[in-house]
Amino acid sequence: MIGQDLLSISDLSREQIETILDTAVGMQEVAGREIKKVPTLRGRTIINLFFEPSTRTRSSFEIAGKRLSADVINFSPSSSSLNKAESILDTAKTLDAMDPDCVVVRHKVAGVPLQISEVLDAPVINAGDGAHEHPTQALLDMLTVYQEKGRLDGLTVAIIGDIAHSRVARSNIYGFLKMGAEVRVAGPPPMLPLDVENFGVKSYTSLREAIDGVDVIMALRIQNERLKGAHFPSIREYSATFGLDRDKLRYAADDAIVMHPGPVNRGVELSHDLTDHRPSVILDQVRNGVALRMALLYLVTGRLPPSSNS
Amino acid sequence: MSISGIELPLGILDTTLYRDDLSRNGVRPQLRVTEMPSSVDDRIVLVVEDVVSTGRTIRAAMDAMIDFGRPTSVQVVALIDRGHRELPIKIDYVGKNIPTGASDKVKFRSRKSEDGSNATELEAPFEVVLMVAAETVEQQGETSVNASVGGQR
Repeated sequence: MIGQDLLSISDLSREQIETILDTAVGMQEVAGREIKKVPTLRGRTIINLFFEPSTRTRSSFEIAGKRLSADVINFSPSSSSLNKAESILDTAKTLDAMDPDCVVVRHKVAGVPLQISEVLDAPVINAGDGAHEHPTQALLDMLTVYQEKGRLDGLTVAIIGDIAHSRVARSNIYGFLKMGAEVRVAGPPPMLPLDVENFGVKSYTSLREAIDGVDVIMALRIQNERLKGAHFPSIREYSATFGLDRDKLRYAADDAIVMHPGPVNRGVELSHDLTDHRPSVILDQVRNGVALRMALLYLVTGRLPPSSNS
Repeated sequence: MSISGIELPLGILDTTLYRDDLSRNGVRPQLRVTEMPSSVDDRIVLVVEDVVSTGRTIRAAMDAMIDFGRPTSVQVVALIDRGHRELPIKIDYVGKNIPTGASDKVKFRSRKSEDGSNATELEAPFEVVLMVAAETVEQQGETSVNASVGGQR
């Protein structure tokens, strides 16, 4: 996979996803050491190109790159010449001339990582583009579920919340379906795309029906920054209808786990108690995120000589 | 692992992340298991490899081991030394030296006993397969060594 872009889960084959997850398991061992660094990507340069504010994903990529000994440069629009009306593609070309070995891109507009990948020689990893995809989040979610359940095939996963505006939901739907799981989605009707069942998922407007007997519940964050206008009457009503607490959790399978991509609006998507304690695995997701991104950087970072390119 | 009744901590070290040829291949090799004892500080560490040739794997293994601590000394035992060293690496204990051509292949596999009992109880629990490049003849058996590492004598 060296030199290959990672723009969306829908581009990946089941075998590729398995390779990435297997590699991530190997990387977890490095994270458990006293000296958490291996020389694998020594002398490689990774640019974090984040047009949209991000602390968690950017830090995760930065730690992942540094644990592999790569040089990681963070580039964000506030500290750059984007304020001088330089176009995104011009910025990307400028960065490309600095010979990075991998560029990680986040942007609030869907498709920007794809556009950037077309002008860059280096592989591009999509760290979230608008409401399109967030492939590394879905991969770390699949890794977390795989390690909790020992399999993905045959599991039932319920994704709860703002499905229409969520890149996390979209990537996870593609990923879990590809790995043989059954996927259900639930949320207030304005947050469920009309054609969502065309993705191959079952759609519910009742939380209780959606989580009935499921193995995994994935609560999504209510993203106030992406919502223009009202999609539900009030936060309190959302919490009462789609917020998860231990009482509602009884409808899921006895050993169901609860996930959230973070940051949690406590008391809205999840009760305080569920945010902090099993069966929620939110901090495992964060921890696995570093190993998963190490795996991806290991697999794709580098430029192929022009002759062997495609 | 126990030898002569003395328990020895056994570690498994995958050297992939320390290889010197990662930028030369089009595909990154699959990672395998690493399970090391919590520390190798102030211990004598014996690195066991089946077939040693260029010495590059031993080099990678030593770099990897240093990340787990500071051993008193590191020694290497190889069951087969087939020559063609590319680095100044000396093997402390060799099961058998096998002269080979550069493009020959030496494979090392554990031998199954006929009644299905543990292979390590056999007098020669492993066999060496030398595949000569030009003829691809499997010269099995001729080069068998009585290797008992990891087993009881």
